[in-house]
Amino acid sequence: MDVQTSQAPETVEAAPPPKAEILEICAEYGNDRHRMMDILHTVQNRYRWIAPETMEAIAEATDLSRIQVEGVASFYSFFSLKPKGRVTIRLCDDIIDRFHGLDAVVAEFERALGIKMGQTSRDGAFSLEFTPCIGMSDQAPAAMINDVVITKLTREKARDVANALRAGETPEKIAVPGFSPSSAHERANRMVNSNIRHAGEVLLGPVPQNAGLTKAVSITPTQIITTMEESGLRGCGGAGFVTGRKWRFAAGGEAERRFVICNADEGEPGTFKDRVLLTERPHLLIEGMTVAARAVGAREGIIYLRGEYEYLRPLLEEVLDERRAAGLLGTEIMGVRNFHFDIRIQLGAGAYVCGEEGALISSCEGLPGEPKTRPPFPVQRGYLGYPTVVNNVETFCHAARILDKGAKWFFDMGKEGSHGTKLFSVSGDCLNPGIYELPYGHSIWELLSIVGGEDAAAVQVGGPSGTMIGRDSFSRKLTFDDLATGGAIIIFNGSRNILEIVEYYMSFFVHESCGYCTPCRVGNVFLQKAIAKFRKGLANPEDIEYLRDLSSTIIETSRCGLGITSPNPVLTTLKSFPLIYSTMTKPTKDGIRDTFDIQAAIDGARKIAKRRSYIFDKDFSQ
Amino acid sequence: MSAISDTGTRRDTTFTFTIDGVEIRAQPGQTIMEAADDAGIYIPRLCDHEGLRHQGSCRVCTVKVGGRSVSACTQPANPGTNVESETPYLTKLRRDLVEMLFHEGNHLCPMCEASGNCELQAMAYRLDMTNPTKFPYLEPNRDLDASHPDIALDTNRCISCGRCIRASMDVDGKGLFGYVGRGIKRRVAVNGMDLAHTDAAVTDHAISAEVCPVGCIIRKREGFRIPIGEREFDKGLIGHEIEEKANA
Ligand SMILES: Cc1cc2nc3c(=O)[nH]c(=O)nc-3n(C[C@H](O)[C@H](O)[C@H](O)COP(=O)(O)O)c2cc1C
Ligand code: SF4
Ligand code: SF4
Ligand code: SF4
Ligand code: FES
Ligand code: FES
Repeated sequence: MDVQTSQAPETVEAAPPPKAEILEICAEYGNDRHRMMDILHTVQNRYRWIAPETMEAIAEATDLSRIQVEGVASFYSFFSLKPKGRVTIRLCDDIIDRFHGLDAVVAEFERALGIKMGQTSRDGAFSLEFTPCIGMSDQAPAAMINDVVITKLTREKARDVANALRAGETPEKIAVPGFSPSSAHERANRMVNSNIRHAGEVLLGPVPQNAGLTKAVSITPTQIITTMEESGLRGCGGAGFVTGRKWRFAAGGEAERRFVICNADEGEPGTFKDRVLLTERPHLLIEGMTVAARAVGAREGIIYLRGEYEYLRPLLEEVLDERRAAGLLGTEIMGVRNFHFDIRIQLGAGAYVCGEEGALISSCEGLPGEPKTRPPFPVQRGYLGYPTVVNNVETFCHAARILDKGAKWFFDMGKEGSHGTKLFSVSGDCLNPGIYELPYGHSIWELLSIVGGEDAAAVQVGGPSGTMIGRDSFSRKLTFDDLATGGAIIIFNGSRNILEIVEYYMSFFVHESCGYCTPCRVGNVFLQKAIAKFRKGLANPEDIEYLRDLSSTIIETSRCGLGITSPNPVLTTLKSFPLIYSTMTKPTKDGIRDTFDIQAAIDGARKIAKRRSYIFDKDFSQ
Repeated sequence: MSAISDTGTRRDTTFTFTIDGVEIRAQPGQTIMEAADDAGIYIPRLCDHEGLRHQGSCRVCTVKVGGRSVSACTQPANPGTNVESETPYLTKLRRDLVEMLFHEGNHLCPMCEASGNCELQAMAYRLDMTNPTKFPYLEPNRDLDASHPDIALDTNRCISCGRCIRASMDVDGKGLFGYVGRGIKRRVAVNGMDLAHTDAAVTDHAISAEVCPVGCIIRKREGFRIPIGEREFDKGLIGHEIEEKANA
């Protein structure tokens, strides 16, 4: 199967939705251009596409130009400018799923629905698509069916699902079969397993309700910030910025409004710990956000929930409502005068880059998910230009616990510079994939023995943007200073093809680059092509230097963290598995390469002609 | 950030920093590039253009400050910092970026109306892009939009600098252009079915010769009016006007 294959979808006839209905949807969101994501989601869900006429109507209502609306609609994978099926099935095509039977699942869906991946059935009933990791890596292969999720797919399960859909069963009923669940939490749990394998002291063990918030209202905002600083808590979303310091920045200076945003975009392939916290500890998360709001003086909050986790939205809405009813959100929280704070949920729409905090803010503002120029930083000028704290789900949960139990309690766990516990999302070739809450500082060996993955040949720490290591490095430790990770631990056994993994990861970055800056937009395509050349055995020894050289240009000149980390799959495997690359370029005994490369042979001619060959360039068409 | 303090007295708030060892003066709020321009030091650039908002997307202006690479067109100048710009290392990075742009689009200079006036081509000369390039060609195949009576748009040569977008939005107040798509599929499109269905006028600033750095926005019947050999960059390397300030 080709990387990110998608065939031209068959055109499905569809009339654009009536303008009056579109205007009504815009009016529901106050004709506010900053709510563009919600408007487009509603249109997409209801009519299955965003027609040219629709974009014009939205532009009219929100006082934008059509091209601005199109800029947003065409940026996100879950919005479609062509009619999609009433049921859209999105199969995760991550490398883990590929290694766990994705091919058979794809074949079965294609057969049962009579369409190929990337196509929509002529009657407009079904669309089949690939999508990057949907945060179910411990139960791969997984798929989204509209806004719900199914996991642990097999050929048989795929056949049953397809048949049920064809028989008119709703996706909801398929994802949550049997009697209707008694709560939103039960519904989420029946759809997706939380797989908590090890509960630590901070997050997944018993947590008293609102103890942290109670403490927070009894001390001053400055004292909250000091407590955070003293705890040593660092952000859990990947970058590891000191949380207390971030809050202090956001609290400083004059501002009419301030915002607290929770980053629940969790797009790094192999990461799913935020999904488990959202499911199992939603109160703790919102408690942590409320604590942050008090610390920095914010009245408004946003949870940016990745589109893939739309199935968790009812659960979160329910929790928000409960807390409003209990006086834990809204005005005069816990009876404290002048302590007002409320939260809305902003659903994403399939874009990894929106996890980057500037891009996330852009998306909340109704813009394409492009990172913002720094400086200014979000704590100075963030959402709508106001000071904004963006923290990861896990970070907020920790914050609430720290207030309850004290800075020292947290500081004393873990290692110097990496305090407290961390959730690890473990997936791939091991006995017990799932969530492990452990103090910082374990070695990879230790972690592997806990999860039943001792025969690992390679471990990807931190997902594609992180570090791939081999057995000789398994004594390295999980800390910010050694192997930093937002939580993903992907285990590969000796039968896995490292270059296949690298090629997939590069295709992921190509797919997810926002395209704003040259090195990431263009350079990653070249890197992906170069790896493909290695896989085909067509690389020359000099190509190893080319990989390094191109990677370093991308890293040095990219505008945001996506581009700065995108060459990591290449660079870290070059370091950990140099032989894999050199063997692929080795000439044969007699000195003649057994892979005569017509492409390379005609390259000179091609360069002079400044064009390629229709005969030899199979990819000559775009 | 004004040089006039609250009491109305003029205070000297300018400060100094160095670029490649040369000390220059800057106003608070200036970017490294703005300060460099004033001092007659040219930092290569493609997406930045006088009179337009900074975008920071081509990355050709990458400089090093305290070991960190930043885009000079967006990074505020800071007192006492040492900025590296014309080092062999940075010139190599810039050359890579320019090569990437060449390979992303279709650039057959001898057949191009912009040749000699083209900033991409001129940048390649300035950065000494003399060796055969190493990247693969991506060869886009995008439709030429010749619908408008006076203007044509060929985005196969587009370097995504966004100058047309900002010029039309901020200077002309029209918003003729915008980006659509994401990643390598991101491209410039017009606010309508095609150019003829927009209110584009050949007199727009966005359409003028100075805005598009390459040969995408073509004013019809104007082609080759100035013969090759007498064009903008036949007179001197790109950036020479700025560098001449230093000698003045
Ligand atoms: C491409 C990219 C994707 C990211 N994705 C996420 C994400 O999904 N979740 C997250 O919390 N942080 C993500 N981050 C990090 C955020 O930019 C930011 O540092 C983080 O949300 C800050 O919260 P923290 O300090 O609590 O970790 C991402 C960064 C980059 C560059
Ligand atoms: S590095 Fe550049 S292109 Fe890549 S995601 Fe960031 S801003 Fe977008
Ligand atoms: S746009 Fe510039 S670089 Fe491209 S073909 Fe024309 S002259 Fe050459
Ligand atoms: S058309 Fe020209 S001005 Fe507009 S983005 Fe492309 S290269 Fe820049
Ligand atoms: S859901 Fe497939 S790997 Fe994450
Ligand atoms: S000129 Fe600075 S990034 Fe383009």
